[in-house]
Amino acid sequence: METEKIIATLHPFERKVLPILKDESSFDKVAEKAKLQKVEVMRAFQWLENKKLIRISKQLNEQVTLGQNGLKYKSHGLPEKAFLQFVMQHEPCSLEELQKGTGLSREEFSICLGILKSKHLIDLEKKNTLLIRLSTQAKLEGKKASVLNQLSEVEDFLNKSFPIYTSQLKDDEKKVFEELKKRKEIVKVNIVKIINAEPTEAGKKIIGHGIEEKDIIGRLTPDSLKSGSWKGKELRNYDVTINVPTISGGRIHFVSQAIDYIKKIWLDLGFKEMNGNFAQTSFWNLDALFAPQDHPSRDMQDTFYIKDPGRGKLPKELVNKIRMAHENGWTTGSKGWRYKWSEEMAKEILLRTQTTVLSAQYLSRLKKENLPAKLFSVGKVFRNETLGWKSLFEFIQVEGIVVDPNADFSHLKGYLKEFFARMGYSDARIRPAHFPYTEPSAEVDVWHPGKKQWIELGGAGLFRPEVVKPLLGFECPVLAWGLGMERTIMEYYSINDVRDIYKNDIKQLREIKLWMK
Amino acid sequence: MPTININRREFEKYAGKKLPTDKLKDRISYLGTDLEEANDNEIIVEIFPNRPDMLSMQGFSRAFSSFIGVKTGLRHYEVHHSKDKVIIDRSVKDVRPYTACAIVRNLHFDNEKIKEVMDMQEKLHITYGRNRRKAAIGIYPYEKIMAPITFKAENPQDIIFQPLEFSKEMNGLQVLKQHPAGKEYGHLLDGMKKFPVFRDANNKILSMPPIINSHNTGKISEKTTDVFVECSGFDFEVLKKCLNMIVASLHEMGGSIYSMEILDGNKKSITPDLSPEEMKADISFINKWLGLNLNEKEIKNLLSKMGYGFKNKKALIPAYRADIMHQVDLAEDIAIAYGYENFREKIQPVATIAEEDKFEIFKRKISLLLAGLGLLEASIYSLTNEESQSIKMNTKAELIGLANSISSDYNKLRAWVVPSLIEILGNNKHHEYPQKIYSIGRIFKKNMSSDTGIEENEVLGITLASEKTDYTEIRQILDYLLRSIGVRYEPAETAHSSFINGRVARISANSKNIAFIGEISPIVLENWQLEIPVSALELNLTELFRIINKQ
Repeated sequence: METEKIIATLHPFERKVLPILKDESSFDKVAEKAKLQKVEVMRAFQWLENKKLIRISKQLNEQVTLGQNGLKYKSHGLPEKAFLQFVMQHEPCSLEELQKGTGLSREEFSICLGILKSKHLIDLEKKNTLLIRLSTQAKLEGKKASVLNQLSEVEDFLNKSFPIYTSQLKDDEKKVFEELKKRKEIVKVNIVKIINAEPTEAGKKIIGHGIEEKDIIGRLTPDSLKSGSWKGKELRNYDVTINVPTISGGRIHFVSQAIDYIKKIWLDLGFKEMNGNFAQTSFWNLDALFAPQDHPSRDMQDTFYIKDPGRGKLPKELVNKIRMAHENGWTTGSKGWRYKWSEEMAKEILLRTQTTVLSAQYLSRLKKENLPAKLFSVGKVFRNETLGWKSLFEFIQVEGIVVDPNADFSHLKGYLKEFFARMGYSDARIRPAHFPYTEPSAEVDVWHPGKKQWIELGGAGLFRPEVVKPLLGFECPVLAWGLGMERTIMEYYSINDVRDIYKNDIKQLREIKLWMK
Repeated sequence: MPTININRREFEKYAGKKLPTDKLKDRISYLGTDLEEANDNEIIVEIFPNRPDMLSMQGFSRAFSSFIGVKTGLRHYEVHHSKDKVIIDRSVKDVRPYTACAIVRNLHFDNEKIKEVMDMQEKLHITYGRNRRKAAIGIYPYEKIMAPITFKAENPQDIIFQPLEFSKEMNGLQVLKQHPAGKEYGHLLDGMKKFPVFRDANNKILSMPPIINSHNTGKISEKTTDVFVECSGFDFEVLKKCLNMIVASLHEMGGSIYSMEILDGNKKSITPDLSPEEMKADISFINKWLGLNLNEKEIKNLLSKMGYGFKNKKALIPAYRADIMHQVDLAEDIAIAYGYENFREKIQPVATIAEEDKFEIFKRKISLLLAGLGLLEASIYSLTNEESQSIKMNTKAELIGLANSISSDYNKLRAWVVPSLIEILGNNKHHEYPQKIYSIGRIFKKNMSSDTGIEENEVLGITLASEKTDYTEIRQILDYLLRSIGVRYEPAETAHSSFINGRVARISANSKNIAFIGEISPIVLENWQLEIPVSALELNLTELFRIINKQ
């Protein structure tokens, strides 16, 4: 049963090759007998080996083929034979006569002379000039034919069917081969890999069982479908367990995938997306968020400022409210920061250090009838830091606000917990922190079960009335958070160097797994 | 942010309780300070900028002791009256107009204590004092000083004294040039004809604030028992707070606080004033803000864990607290005392309508289309440099520069995306071709009609690198993309020195330029050491989206 099942998976090439291996082991011979191209036999060999039906052995061998002169001598005869025949007819003869008569080149001529001399077939006689005659020994041989036979072993060699392998040569053939190797361009020697195969026990079983010469279809073709020629024939079974070559395709970057996922969480929770510029005035990025102009937080953030244009325009209707909020708390009941607020400083252009700038801008556009409002953004923010294995100058912040007269601190905890649960963190906590624009302020940590420690992922809080009232026009609790994202991505992809997230290594982009959350 | 590094045993003495390390770590985190390290010998804690009063061993352990319930409630700081005077001369009004001063007696200094005091002074300088700009602090051995003390401004050449840790006398200008503190803080006196100075009744110079004390009258030693403390600056309220933080800590070191009379023209003030400030604690507001249901007694108890008193529905704010501006600040302290970990996690049952930004949806659709064509998305920084944007691209892009980037590789906002993509190709030469990549990102150009003077557009950049890539291939992608979203376009010949002449086109739709496409010039390829042809496209998605919305 097993045997038949295997037979059904055999490709036509395998079907041709396997029975031949019963008597033949050499790759070349198999190819010849199977009447297949070598690549086809090679594939059949590999497939059969994968199925453990044959064992393949490879060895290096000297392969002999004929050179330029070898081919010439094979068709036109050996030069030494022509030489000897001339001597037999015209002896004694001078070297000049001989060379003219045979038409041999000077080089060939001297080789022939050497060969025939060493075989004692000719003698040299020195008179006025050098004369050549048949040797006494050759004369004793009598018949011409038998003299010439002395050269037949070389002729036989040349008449073999090439290529041949030195390992296959008999001892006397080896001698001839060694001689020929010394001569110019008669034989060529290459080192080649010899492939042999022999059936394994399983292979022998199949050969013994016999492979039916069936008309098997390898691939369905439009023609065979049109004509119906596939009918009554069998479609070859594949070995479906075999490995296939890898491919890769187009992809959305894994950071974009993660962003899409995070956006979907907030959308599912009923939030509306915010969007806005990267370049902002200090007014929106800092002053509207009640960061005093001399506060250490303004240096702490290591802000990128724009050289030119260096100053922007401020929203007229808000400038005075913000000024007063800073200087004396305006009508919020706060004492304010108690310093002289500078409008010029608020005009400075910077790259946003927090997407909270968007929250401030959206707050300023909200009306009472829009409440409750829940807003989010996932966007780039910038900090003037050097690029390092754990610091980027440009990264992604996940921002959210809930503007609702009935919202309170416990809801802040609720939203954060829900978000992180959907991000796959079983536990999230908040602990006290400080930001100029929130009160209470909280640091957000998530529990890392692998590292068994809390990891800081962002900040949160309720916007201070000094932030809300000037922007919104009335007081209202606003829950707010700004969370980092790169750390979660690093964890998910086991990336240790944060720069690798934006490395754009094409191999990485082709092979990295999808964001599977 | 500043950290304090304190001896654990000393700390436990001040706090009045020993806690196991685990518990200690936990409580420090929930007090609103960031724990850096806690072992058997020392504790390192980061103090947030809103709590400068915690920037000393005494201040931090005071807060901690209340928080863990050992020594709760408002602390009373007795201020003895002294008739010693500090006179603010009119001359200093244009330079550094205010000072708040105190005397603390009966201290016992050793090297350790002297260092503690100097640490506190330095950390307050940096944080609450905004690097001495807003408040500068001087602490002097009072036995070497004779009251009344005058705060005045003088010609720098006339301010001749021996600055701290220097062996010779010099004048005010020389101090700025030669003394390390003068070099560091001299800019605070920029443009001033006269420098501020404290002199005692014998006309001895005590210091030249905000720079340096005198070596003779301004250096605390182990023999010192009484100190004169002054804070100088521009806002009397700020200086009084700063003074309170210092004298409260000195009091906890065992000192007795004595007030001084500050004579400012016709006005007489007595400093320090350590009586608590009152703020109405509106119970319903606090409960609503925090989502709690606390009664008055609970509020009182919680406030007392944060060092407050409570009387007649009013919170009594400790005089060293500088961060209580509004009731929400009380609410935060109540929340900390209540324990952030003890709040419930609730989600409001209100219906709001989710809405994704339309442009973001559009961008994702484009992205999916390109991925479908077998392109890989790259994720690229918005910051780059001129070499990449212009020089290697054989062109001159109009770039907006950053004023203060610490990296020369990233000191410009990009004007186009294609150079970054080509840079990626340059970094990936060892990987298999074809390499087809795209990126969607923001580009920047000057436009004075916008509020920031900068116009931002989102663009799509594509580069195709392969032996066979050409104008046709990249144009087919553009054609497919624009057909897919139903936008008709017109190609036109154009010149662009980053591309091969005659193989680059400008694309317009609705008579707006939206893209240019073509084969990258071999000059550019050579600049990036690329040995493979590249075709590229840069398409303005912001403009394209506008066109679609008009259609």
